[in-house]
Amino acid sequence: MKQIYVGLTGNEAVATAFKQARPHVAPAFPITPQTEMMHKFADFVADGAVDTEMILVESEHSAMSAAIGSAATGARTFTATSSAGFALMWEVVYIAASLRLPICMPVVNRALSGNINIHNDHSDAMGGRDAGWIQLWCENTQEAYDHALMCWRIAEHKDVRLPVMINYDGFIISHTSESLHILPDEDAWKFIGPKDLKTGYSLLDMDHPITVGPLDLTDYYFEHKVSQIEALKRAPKYIAEVYKEFGQLTGRHYSFFEEYRTDDADLVIVALGSTAGTAKDVIDAQREKGVKVGLLKIHMFRPFPAVELAKALSKAKVVGVMDKSASFGGWGGPLFNEIRSALYDLPARPKIHNWIYGLGGRDTDTKQIVALIEQLQAIAKGREAETVNLLGVRL
Amino acid sequence: MAAATTEIRWHGRGGQGAKTAAIFLAEAVLDQGKHSQGFPEYGPERRGAPVRGFTRISDAPIRLHCSIAEPDYVIVLDPTLLDSTSAGVPDGASADTVFLINTVESPANIRKRLGIKGGKVHTVDASLIAQESFGRPIPNMPMIGALAAVADVITLENLVASLVVRFKKKFSQAVIDGNVTAVERAYKELVSE
Repeated sequence: MKQIYVGLTGNEAVATAFKQARPHVAPAFPITPQTEMMHKFADFVADGAVDTEMILVESEHSAMSAAIGSAATGARTFTATSSAGFALMWEVVYIAASLRLPICMPVVNRALSGNINIHNDHSDAMGGRDAGWIQLWCENTQEAYDHALMCWRIAEHKDVRLPVMINYDGFIISHTSESLHILPDEDAWKFIGPKDLKTGYSLLDMDHPITVGPLDLTDYYFEHKVSQIEALKRAPKYIAEVYKEFGQLTGRHYSFFEEYRTDDADLVIVALGSTAGTAKDVIDAQREKGVKVGLLKIHMFRPFPAVELAKALSKAKVVGVMDKSASFGGWGGPLFNEIRSALYDLPARPKIHNWIYGLGGRDTDTKQIVALIEQLQAIAKGREAETVNLLGVRL
Repeated sequence: MAAATTEIRWHGRGGQGAKTAAIFLAEAVLDQGKHSQGFPEYGPERRGAPVRGFTRISDAPIRLHCSIAEPDYVIVLDPTLLDSTSAGVPDGASADTVFLINTVESPANIRKRLGIKGGKVHTVDASLIAQESFGRPIPNMPMIGALAAVADVITLENLVASLVVRFKKKFSQAVIDGNVTAVERAYKELVSE
């Protein structure tokens, strides 16, 4: 298969992947920085490149509600959002997962108000981490495109049947044109394939009527929650399978997390999203100076690969977890808490510290990451440090 | 870093095409097998407000996802930005930074106004060239033509070819021809020290 080398923004790349997935239905409501993705997709629809039924709804709550109705009939369905839009659809985000509907949704990560800020951090998606969705995170436009192809295979797998959220950084990825390889439409379609409509049930199957989302009280609610828990536990196996097949097809190999120069690393940075790329350049420069530092970048945050992560981090002396969201009143950011908890059962734990960074799109440059690595070095030498720290802020 | 990356910072005002130029150049160099990144800096979107754009070009995949603080090339689409401290035209420039300014002034004058000691300063009256070539004083395309004359990131031939292909989707043949003329004129009319 010959891939096509193009320059696309993250939003254009994801819209292209979704065009190639030929969804049946796409409810849409605009919010920066997601808007451009749906705009581009609407162009594809208007040009006849894909025959998706677009529903222009009046809010994000309605977008997700319409997506739920659509997906419950068996239709391949997506919507997209950011920030306050994600917050507004909150109630129904949980319902999509509870009903085990394979909806795909890019969350083009943006800060939450207030004050009003259109730029990137991870506060929006982190708030939804317990909603029962699979959460996949991307470093650049290539990864956003690739995950926007793979998400369908994961969401619609008969043993998974869960909604998938694809996270990519607002503006930094969504509005940046980057060079990437895309698949020809036919090859993308061969990989994704038509949605299997034989789920065994459909809202519109008049011969076999079903009830969706009824009252579920003390008698069965708990059991239904357990079935969601179990579905998320099963998901990694199939995510790994899809990653493997995609790697064989494209030469781009993904795993639950990427380990960059961690083999002999005493110091390991853990990050999500676009900052991981900047960190790789800094790590290369530090390695030339003899600093044994590496990076662990997480793709699959939900379900959280705790056992695998603990194993991967077990050889490090100091782990620095970067959180691009604050957990107000909590002890460190959400990623830090998960990683730190995952390490608890190790016989010998690395030291682990947290850095909150980049809130509201504050530029995270190489100097900040160099400063972080210097702090990790000092901690490795025995210097006392705060558990939770800040990076790149005026104090 | 595995391979050298060329970092270009664009300074314009809303409506002059700094964002378009940053992204256009990033996509145009792909035909030469380069890797690239093009992105604007988003703030309040007002016509006339200072806007910055960024382009990175490399032979290797680009992983950096931060702003460009120490540019190799600084391209100024609007000479009135030279007097604006907040526009930050000389910010982060090194002894090797190359300046390309859309202005009627000489490189020596610009050097004095910006207080630049090292580097190189080139000037071109891109607004006039644009006005005469396609009837609107939008300087972004001729400034890319000027860049092609001094930077080893794109050849004039590739730039023109890329412009023709990309503009075909949106513009009339007259507009395309005008832009090609503007690019070629700026490439030739650039004034160096």
